[in-house]
Amino acid sequence: MMDLNTIWFVLVGVLITGYAVLDGFDFGVGILHLFTENEREKRVSLNAIGPVWDGNEVWLLTAGGALFAAFPVVYATVFSGFYIALMLLLLALIMRAVSMEFRSKVDNAKWRKMWDFAFGIGSLLPPVLFGVAIGNILHGLPINEKGIFTGSFLALLNPYSILIGVLSCVMFIMHGAIYLAMKSQNEQHDRSMSVASKAWVAFVILYVISTLASIVVSPFLFEGILKNPLFWILFILMTLSIVFLPLALKLKRLSYAFISSSVVIASMIGLMAVSLFPRLVPSVTDLSYSLTVYNSSSTGRTLSTMLIVALLGMPLVILYTAFIYRVFKGKVTIDEGSC
Amino acid sequence: MDAVFLARVQFAMTAGFHFLFPPVSIGLAWLVVILEGMGWRKNNLVYQKAGKFFGKLLALTFAVGVATGIVMEFQFGTNWSEYSKFVGDIFGAPLAAEGVFAFFLESGFLGLYLFGRNRVSKGVHWFSALMVAFGSTLSAFWIIVANSWQQTPSGYIINNNRAELSSFYDAVFNPSTLPRYFHTVDAALMCGAFFVAGISAYYLLNKKHLDEARASMKVAVIFGLIVSLLEVFPFGHTHAQQVARTQPEKFAAIEGLYTTQQGAPVVLFAIPSSKPPELKASLEVPKVLSWLAFGDVNASVKGLNDFPKDEIPPLELTFISFHTMVALGMFFILVLLWALYAIYRKTLWQNRPLLKILLWSIPLPVIACQVGWMAAEVGRQPWIVYRLLKTQMAASVTVGAGEILFSIILFGLIYLALLCLYIFLLVKEVKNGPEHDLVNHTEKNNLVEA
Repeated sequence: MMDLNTIWFVLVGVLITGYAVLDGFDFGVGILHLFTENEREKRVSLNAIGPVWDGNEVWLLTAGGALFAAFPVVYATVFSGFYIALMLLLLALIMRAVSMEFRSKVDNAKWRKMWDFAFGIGSLLPPVLFGVAIGNILHGLPINEKGIFTGSFLALLNPYSILIGVLSCVMFIMHGAIYLAMKSQNEQHDRSMSVASKAWVAFVILYVISTLASIVVSPFLFEGILKNPLFWILFILMTLSIVFLPLALKLKRLSYAFISSSVVIASMIGLMAVSLFPRLVPSVTDLSYSLTVYNSSSTGRTLSTMLIVALLGMPLVILYTAFIYRVFKGKVTIDEGSC
Repeated sequence: MDAVFLARVQFAMTAGFHFLFPPVSIGLAWLVVILEGMGWRKNNLVYQKAGKFFGKLLALTFAVGVATGIVMEFQFGTNWSEYSKFVGDIFGAPLAAEGVFAFFLESGFLGLYLFGRNRVSKGVHWFSALMVAFGSTLSAFWIIVANSWQQTPSGYIINNNRAELSSFYDAVFNPSTLPRYFHTVDAALMCGAFFVAGISAYYLLNKKHLDEARASMKVAVIFGLIVSLLEVFPFGHTHAQQVARTQPEKFAAIEGLYTTQQGAPVVLFAIPSSKPPELKASLEVPKVLSWLAFGDVNASVKGLNDFPKDEIPPLELTFISFHTMVALGMFFILVLLWALYAIYRKTLWQNRPLLKILLWSIPLPVIACQVGWMAAEVGRQPWIVYRLLKTQMAASVTVGAGEILFSIILFGLIYLALLCLYIFLLVKEVKNGPEHDLVNHTEKNNLVEA
């Protein structure tokens, strides 16, 4: 039986995974939007995510709230440590949110171009920053014996973390391209398919490099991992979906391709979680200063109260989210409700 | 400038700016529910058009609210990490609960409401508007829970140098939660009512979209008057009584009571100063404050001089913001009474001065929300958690003044731009009016074909 701290480690992981899988395709679509010229195609990509992106972003807010509630020390240490990076992330998310709403309000080519750009950059920056942040966590942060971050913003931009940033960006381009292919038709569909295939190749190469780099940079992540059955389950799941993804693309079974890329994302986050556990933030100053699920958590009373909240709320969330996705199933049609 | 001061400036700026939008969204969402509901049940095209039109303005307001709200969820960690560590066992839970119970609901159904008009039945479409309104109102609840716990902490014990949860129920329903929740949400409903009334007034003044304007004006005035009356009594009154009971320093500061006295007067107007502590040009009604606060004209009300000097809030800001809020509250009731009378006498549609007042009153309830929030938060100083943790001790230790200044400038510029864009687009949408949709639709289709 898992203890409460472990359960919340898993739940925060589930929220982050939900966020990555759902807002991830929004980011991918937004990045591809930067390279779209045709106005109709632009509107298709905006309307592909228009009804759902806002709900998708809530996974991030809830993950943030859950991290605060369950592991306040991590919330406080990591967010204040990543100060400048987080401010940039928030600005990017603000730009993305308003650009979608503002773009269609003025019928002027320059105006739309400006918001297209804001939307694209607002979609490009977050996956890179998330990747860099995760890279730094995997790498370990300079944390002293009092649990206080002693690094700097520039130190966060180390080669390993940037590599993870690029990996994350490519992964979401792949994921978003598959989603856009499901939602679009004709040339836009074909182009999205080809982007998805190319991004898959880039992803596989970067993933192998990143794994090797992780073994070199953070050997502690791999201690005893080969004896962990969970590692093997996730590893096999991930490998299978990576292999299956291009087949599904070739067979034009896009929903299978989308499920595959979702499983790739989820199992990758799962693998990171397995290798980190029970640490949440390893300390490079001294591994024993690391923030773990036990030394940085809330009390058992809070964790169990929050578990009740999650068990009451999340099934309902999943239920109506599924309903909303079903309403907007299929290709995008541009009608009077569109933006 | 020290980092704590800058962190406070940043929090005041980002929270204050964010708080311009959610009250309007909440109020507007309920009015859209009413208008869309009437349009649907009565199969009335006028209400349908009005509902759809205000639904679009809701989307615009909501978007800026969401965009600026993301900052709030993370700012406690970035700027107030010592606070976050101290209160995390209690304060994080309502934020997470807000996500689980409210954010998903409002965001998910807003997408369905805006994009799904032709994809779901009218009933489901109306239900999606209802869920947006309900979700945003529920979201306000969890935020008020978190903020109220800072005002009147309960359900905790101090252990391991932090506040640890002893009773979730007591922490959620701490002494100020419900009074503050009703007072705040009702204020949001007023923002929505004045928003709809003001825009309707604009159309009446310009003799455009008269059918929709009359329909929405009637709904907004009746709805607005009910909530404006409720705002003063019982909600404002019970909230003030609760402050008098649970945070006497704040009560003395907002009321401008410097010396402890029995039969304390209520100050209607004054120019406050703290050095020396006195009220200039004050207009007072004797004994009324004692009666309002404790239901007894001779009750003793504690004045600021009876508290330790380093535990009282800044005087000028709390006094002025609180009195501005009260004055605005009275103004709202008078204007709406006048408007209701004019509707009853069928003279409102031609009454240009009154219509102009209604038009220019659109921002006033939002300002009332801002100054009310200022009175509440500045009145809590010097504490970040009342009598448990001082603001001075709560900021992030690793974040320097330079970094904070950088982000203040960054966010200041972006927020200024957002505000200008919001107002520009709002005015533009209003000028286009409810019928714009259909025109725009064909334009867009042409564009698509081209």
